[in-house]
Amino acid sequence: MPKVKIPTPLRQYAGGNAEVEVSGSTAGEALRDLTERHPELRNHLYTGDGKLRSFVNVYKGDEDIRYLDGQETEISEGDELSIIPSIAGGES
Amino acid sequence: MALKIGQGDLRNIHRHAEEAYPEECAGALVGMDVGEVKIVVDVWRAENTHEEERSRRFLIRPEQVREFEERARERDMDVLGFYHSHPDHPAEPSEYDREHAWPYYSYVIASVTQEGVKDVKSWVLRDDRSGYEQEELVR
Ligand SMILES: [Zn+2]
Repeated sequence: MPKVKIPTPLRQYAGGNAEVEVSGSTAGEALRDLTERHPELRNHLYTGDGKLRSFVNVYKGDEDIRYLDGQETEISEGDELSIIPSIAGGES
Repeated sequence: MALKIGQGDLRNIHRHAEEAYPEECAGALVGMDVGEVKIVVDVWRAENTHEEERSRRFLIRPEQVREFEERARERDMDVLGFYHSHPDHPAEPSEYDREHAWPYYSYVIASVTQEGVKDVKSWVLRDDRSGYEQEELVR
């Protein structure tokens, strides 16, 4: 099964795991499966209208899926997806 | 939770905030999470890669976050959170901060003016993303 690597700040919502095995043949399916296994992750990964939050980056190997086929990016058995934070902020 | 941070690391945050003024600075807090307290062992500067309005916005790209995490792990440490400055604004998280925040991480904010850093506070996002809890800074 493909795996998703969970960053430190989200592990508490994924049963403390650094890595979760998921099913699916695209990145979108894998992420959906991940949030079905660990529903508490949903609010931190997606906005209210179901879009991936802007500061949540999903990589397949070394590549951001935004620059591949996005949610449609194909994944297979041995693939590893990583959720990687970007950190943003400011004032007002 | 509390955040323990030594004078040397605080001084480095001050210096970064003052050098970057009037733009915002940002960096990582690295160290050990031992349960009730996170102990900062080092602070690492990040590049503010926000395209424009760097006086009120900062961005640390995922490539750099990943690099920080790898560097921390090589030293048996973790990324505990991030600091950034608020030029001419209080050390309170903004609505924009909240919208972009991750849970768990400590967000240290330094309020800086032309005269230097005025105030430093640490914040942690609530589980339901509704707001922040202020975190005790232990020197
Ligand atoms: Zn801010």
